[in-house]
Amino acid sequence: MGTHNNSTSPNALGLKSILGTENLSAKQINTILDCADHFKKLHERGEEAPASLANKTIILLFFEPSTRTRGSFELAAKRLKGNTLVLTKEMSSAEKGETLFDTAKNIEAMQPDLLVLRHPSAGSPYHLSQRLNIPIVNAGDGFHEHPTQALLDMMTIREFKKDVKGLRVLILGDIAHSRVARSDIYALQTLGAKVRVCGPPTLMPPKAEKMGVEVFNDLDEAVKDQDVIICLRIQFERLNPGQSPSRGEYSKFYGMSSRRLKLAKPDVLIMHPGPVNRGVELSPDVADGAHSVILNQVANGVLVRMALLHLLTGGDALGATR
Amino acid sequence: MSPRPVLLKGGRIFDPSQNLDLIGDIFLRNGKVEAIATSIPVSREMAAMVIDVKGLIVTPGWVDIHTHLREPGGSHKETIKTGTEAAAAGGFTSVACMANTNPVNDNPFITSFINQKVASESEINVFPIGAITKGLKGEELAEIGSMWEAGIVGISDDGKTVMNSYLMRKAMDYSKKFDIVVISHCEDSCLKGRGVMNEGFNSAKFGLRGIPRTSEDLIVARDILLAELTGARLHIAHCTTEGSVRLVREAKKRGLKVTAEATPHHLTLTDDCVGTYDTNTKVAPPLRESQDVAALREGLIDGTIDTLASDHAPHSIEDKEVEYDHAEFGMIGMESAFPLYYRQTLENGVPLSRLISAMTVKPAEIIGVPKGTLKVGMDADVTVFDPEFKYKIDKTRFRSRSQNCPFDGWDVKGKVCYTINGGKVIYRSEHLKELT
Repeated sequence: MGTHNNSTSPNALGLKSILGTENLSAKQINTILDCADHFKKLHERGEEAPASLANKTIILLFFEPSTRTRGSFELAAKRLKGNTLVLTKEMSSAEKGETLFDTAKNIEAMQPDLLVLRHPSAGSPYHLSQRLNIPIVNAGDGFHEHPTQALLDMMTIREFKKDVKGLRVLILGDIAHSRVARSDIYALQTLGAKVRVCGPPTLMPPKAEKMGVEVFNDLDEAVKDQDVIICLRIQFERLNPGQSPSRGEYSKFYGMSSRRLKLAKPDVLIMHPGPVNRGVELSPDVADGAHSVILNQVANGVLVRMALLHLLTGGDALGATR
Repeated sequence: MSPRPVLLKGGRIFDPSQNLDLIGDIFLRNGKVEAIATSIPVSREMAAMVIDVKGLIVTPGWVDIHTHLREPGGSHKETIKTGTEAAAAGGFTSVACMANTNPVNDNPFITSFINQKVASESEINVFPIGAITKGLKGEELAEIGSMWEAGIVGISDDGKTVMNSYLMRKAMDYSKKFDIVVISHCEDSCLKGRGVMNEGFNSAKFGLRGIPRTSEDLIVARDILLAELTGARLHIAHCTTEGSVRLVREAKKRGLKVTAEATPHHLTLTDDCVGTYDTNTKVAPPLRESQDVAALREGLIDGTIDTLASDHAPHSIEDKEVEYDHAEFGMIGMESAFPLYYRQTLENGVPLSRLISAMTVKPAEIIGVPKGTLKVGMDADVTVFDPEFKYKIDKTRFRSRSQNCPFDGWDVKGKVCYTINGGKVIYRSEHLKELT
C-alpha cells in the first residue's frame, strides 16, 4: 500500500497520509525534498524555521523501539514550534489488552493534528488511515514500508550526486525483512535509478527480481560500478536459527570492507539507516571513512520529517525548484 | 410426526447419483423420496404441499463435509443452532463438523454432547468428525474406537497437521478397523512458521511472512505415502496448490484410496486480495496464486478434486478486527458457497453434473452416509435452486453468528430457493412468493 489519496485534500502534496513510497510520484517526492532543502538552507543561514506547527499537536505512537526515527520526528515537530506527545507500547494500554484500533480512536479523541505510527504489523498504518480522520505518517510497519527513511535517503543521495536519475544503487543485507529496502527500491525507481540487491539467499524475498531489481548473492560482483551502496542492518535478534549465518560468517561474505569498497566507483557513497553493527555490516574504517554519509543521513532525517509535517498539515511547498 | 407430503412440480430434477436429468415432479412422503416422474398426480386426501419449481433445478440435498460449528466452547462465534441454520440457508442438508472445539472432540462424551445438541437444535443432519490426537496436540491417539461407537464419520486434527509421521501412520492403521476416513489438514508447521499468507511476490511486497506451497505439498505427499503403506482411506482437506492436485491425481492413478476437496475461496480468490490487509482474506491454508486456482479448477473437472467443502470457520469481531499478523485464520462460507461453486460451471467449464456430484453423492460417499441421492426410498433431503437469479451477497442477512466473509457485496448468480430435510421444508428463500 502506498498513500491514501484524498482528492479534496488541501495540502500541497495532494495526499492525506504518507503510508509508503510505493505510490508516491516523482513530483511528490521532489516537493518534499525541495521543502527539506529549503529548511536546510534556513538552518545554515542561522535563520529559524517557520512556525508551521504552532498550536498544533503531533502524536508519536511507537509500538517498536526506536532512537533515531522517534527522536528525529520529535525534533522536527519542535523546530516547527509544534507540541509533541510520545506514546510507546509500554506506556500505552496495549499492555492492558487494548487493541491498536481502540488506542488510535482514543488518541484521535484528544484531537491531535497528525499521528506518526511505528508498528510491528504490516498494514497497521493503512488500517488506521481507513478509520481515523487525521493524517497518518508511517514510521515503519513490520517488513512493509518505511517511507521517511527512503525520503531522507533520496535527499542524501541528491545532496552528493545532484540527481538520483541514472545512478547505480546497491542495497545490501537482509532484504527479506527490510522495510527500508522496499521503500528505497520504490523511491529510487520512481526517480530513475538502477537498483540491485544483494544478500544471503536465506534472507532474499521470493521473486525479488519481480520488483525490477537485479539480484546478487555475491557481494564482490554486486558492488562493481555502483554509485551508492545502502547497507542494511542485520537484525540478529529477530531471525530464526537457519535464517542467518553467524556474525563472523555474515561479515566475511556480506560485510562492506575497504577492499570491497575499491571495487565500486571511486566516489561511491556508503549509506546505512542505522544503528550500525560495527564489524558486521560495515568494517569500522568504512563506517567512519570518507565515503560514509551516514551522519548526513541522520541530519537530513530531521529536515525531511520537518518537510513532511509542514506539508501534511497544510504548509506551502517551500523551496520549489522543479 | 412425519411432515406433510411434499410435491415439487415441474422442475429440472438433476441427480448425478442415478444419472438423472429430467423435467418433472418429485414426491416426498414419510421423510423419503417416494416417486419421480414427468408427472405425478396427487389426490386431495394426501394434503400434500405442492410447490411449483418450474424453471428451478432440483437436486439431492447438498453435503458439506468440512465445517466448524464451534460448539462446545466457541458459542460466541457460532452454535450448532446458528451454524445449522446457516447451512440450511446455504442449501446444505448434511454437514460434517470438525473436532477443534473447546474442549476438543477427542472422546465419546464430547461426541455425544454434539449429537444431543444436534438432535434438539438442528434441522439438518450433522455428522461429527473426531480428533486424531488427544487435544489436537499431536502426541497420542484420541479415543477413536469409542468415538466411532458414538457416531463419528471420520477423524481429523483439522486446524493442525499431525507432524509426527509415526503417529499419523498409527492413526491410519487404526482407522482401518472402523473403516473411517482419515482427513488431513496439510501444512508442515515448521515450514509454515509464523506465516500469515502465501509465500510469493505478494508476501514480499505486502511485508507479511509467507507460507510456502511446499508446506502443503510436503504433507500431502507424506500422507499419500502413509496411506499407501497402511491401506487406509485418506481425504485431503482444502487443497490449495498446483502441487497437491498433481500429487492426488497421481495417487488416484496408482489406485490408492485418496480423495480431495476444494473450498469456494480457493477456487475464487488469489493472494492479490490480501493487499488491503483485510483480515477476512486470512485463512489456512492461505489463498494462493492464479496458477493454483487454475489447477484446482482443472482438478474439479477431471475428478481429482472429488468434493467441494466450505471450511466454514466463524470468528468473532474481536478475533478479526486486529492487525493481519494477529487475526485468527478462517472465513465463514456456507451461505456464500453455492453461487461461488456455480460460477465454476457458468464461467470455468465445470459440467453441472460434476459440480452437483461434488456437492452430493461424492461427499456422502467419503464420510460413508446414505445421503446425496434422490433414489426412491432414500431420505427426502432435497435442495432446489434458481440457476438464473442474480443478487448481491449481503452478510448482514446471514444466519451465521459471525460475519467474517470477504465476499460481502459481490454480485452473483444462482440462489438456493428451498432446502428440504427429511421431507420437511427448513428453508425458503426470502425472494420467493408464498407457497400454495
